[in-house]
Amino acid sequence: MSEPILKATNLSRHFKVGGSLFRKPKILRAVEDVSLTVQQGETLAIVGESGCGKSTLARMLMRLIEPTSGQMTFEGRQIDLAQGRALTELRRDMQFIFQDPFSSLNPRMTVGRLVGEPIETHAPQLSARERRAKVAELLAQVGLRPEHADRYPHEFSGGQRQRIGIARALASGPKLIIGDEPVSALDVSVQAQVINLLADLRDRLGLTLVVIAHDLAVIRHMSDRVAVMYLGSVVEEGGTDDIFARPRHPYTRALLSAIPVAEYGRTRQQIPLEGEMPSPLDPPSGCRFHTRCPFARDACKTEAPVLRATDTAPGHRAACHFFEEIAAENPPPPATEGSGRTDAARARFALYADAIAGTETRPRAET
Amino acid sequence: MLSFIVRRLLIAIPTIILISVFVFALQKLLPGDPVLAMAGEERDPATIAFLREKYRLNDPLPIQYFTWVGNALTGDLGISLRTNQPVLELIAEKLPVTIQLATMAMVFALAIGIPAGILSAIKKGTVADYVANVVALSGLSIPNFWLGIMLILLVSVKWQLLPASGYVPFDEDPLRSIQVMIMPAFVLGTALAATLMRHTRSAMLTVLTSDYVRTARAKGLSERRVILKHAFRNALTPIVTLSALLFGELIAGAVLTEQIFTVPGFGKLVVDAVFNRDYAVVQGIVLVTAVGFIAMNLLADVAYVLLNPRLRKS
Repeated sequence: MSEPILKATNLSRHFKVGGSLFRKPKILRAVEDVSLTVQQGETLAIVGESGCGKSTLARMLMRLIEPTSGQMTFEGRQIDLAQGRALTELRRDMQFIFQDPFSSLNPRMTVGRLVGEPIETHAPQLSARERRAKVAELLAQVGLRPEHADRYPHEFSGGQRQRIGIARALASGPKLIIGDEPVSALDVSVQAQVINLLADLRDRLGLTLVVIAHDLAVIRHMSDRVAVMYLGSVVEEGGTDDIFARPRHPYTRALLSAIPVAEYGRTRQQIPLEGEMPSPLDPPSGCRFHTRCPFARDACKTEAPVLRATDTAPGHRAACHFFEEIAAENPPPPATEGSGRTDAARARFALYADAIAGTETRPRAET
Repeated sequence: MLSFIVRRLLIAIPTIILISVFVFALQKLLPGDPVLAMAGEERDPATIAFLREKYRLNDPLPIQYFTWVGNALTGDLGISLRTNQPVLELIAEKLPVTIQLATMAMVFALAIGIPAGILSAIKKGTVADYVANVVALSGLSIPNFWLGIMLILLVSVKWQLLPASGYVPFDEDPLRSIQVMIMPAFVLGTALAATLMRHTRSAMLTVLTSDYVRTARAKGLSERRVILKHAFRNALTPIVTLSALLFGELIAGAVLTEQIFTVPGFGKLVVDAVFNRDYAVVQGIVLVTAVGFIAMNLLADVAYVLLNPRLRKS
């Protein structure tokens, strides 16, 4: 965890919206001036509400969308202008897991061809037999059987299809995998299996992961670092444990306070956010969060804050003018680990924990 | 797969029966009496009675219908009232001409329409897209007969590059046969090419924005492979449907085109038969056309299943 594998500097993406022969199009600032560093071997989570630009950011990192401005490097080589061979190489080293396991697999191709195609492109020297063997190996790695290679995507369940998507992503032998909400389209019971599979593969193959998510439980479970996005910008980043224990940005505090507590007779103090997220077509002046921030002051309306280091842990940075004062005045909500449960409830939760632990060690194919 | 084809064939049977009833009924409902046309100027009652008896036009309608169907099933479509030739023979003589014309028109339409549609979808919003659309729209709006006459005037009369009319059987002189047929096929295929181009374009546009095309790009495949293997294969379904449906249009268009270029085909046979109230010939032609249309759609259904694995099991 020392070398940055992926580095993005001042990345922006604007979309033109509307406009006609006589009217100037409006500019939608989906991602605005985002800088990120992903270290070799770590798992970075990018979190935020719907529409905050996290998927756009992920696709930009993957060069599926061209950035409007900014630079990116992958293992030191510049990739924001990569074309042709360089881009193909990038697609070998960096893979993407899509959100929707149903629409992201071509319905006309067998699983064997879907998974085998990247091998064909990136390792053309392999014979058809070697390729089949590699596909079988990949399918086994994600908990599917080799004979599944001859079936079509529609013959599988959502969880299985996402496993196919993961096998496909692994096929080119990537070093970094970006997951765009890899489990949000799945049933909760299947989510845990897929998350554990990803974590398992990461450890086994030494992958670096970037996971986009809006589910804080998923993030806490699998990531080392978190970047919180709001309206196209990163407002806070730092180690997962540190952010969950000591959030500094008011938006992060509000997000974390929204996690429900599954304990009888125990509620957490929630920080309600007023109103809707402003339109990225017309973002607020100054701090973009000031329209909804319960702690907003006059200065927030005019001056845009930049990310600055906090006192809690190295690498933890927040973009708020007043986070020191806010933190001092409002201690973070107490940790949820506690004893609000009755004995019966505790026994039950222990059972759940056991059951989950069982799936963790050997992910099964659900048929 | 075999059971699917068999089932599909069984479904076609009631359709064909229904069509035969319609064809038969329509004939009887048409104004004009063929016997009067045959009997000539004098309209001698004895002649008329003899003719009615000869063609069994005095039988009750259901009997006439079943007699006709029974004969049709044994390959006897009756005898032309006009030329006294068996209808089947007439059709067998003219059909290859029209099949050649229709095939050439379809090949032309597919060869122009599909690549143009793909290209304009990929280059959406560019000059190439606009040009393709303008050409397609012109192809759709220019009437067949006008285009045909213009081509004859320019290509045949002024530049003297191709013959203005006529027909050479394919098995006699293939090269010459194709040469003679080029202009009619072009005229007949223009509107089809335009329709195909528009539909290919919209099918491709839908498919190109789909998630699995993005997946294919993320895999690092070449753009050519993404377009042809991932996008086009999925866009093919509506194109196959359309091609089968266009077959009907093709036959209708052939009638007009054959008139303009005086091609001695099916279309000319229809027009002559209708004008002469030649019942048996019209019935035979409509029946053959309808069965051909059903067969084309059956082929399209089979093609779907081959193209789309999701349909294979049900």
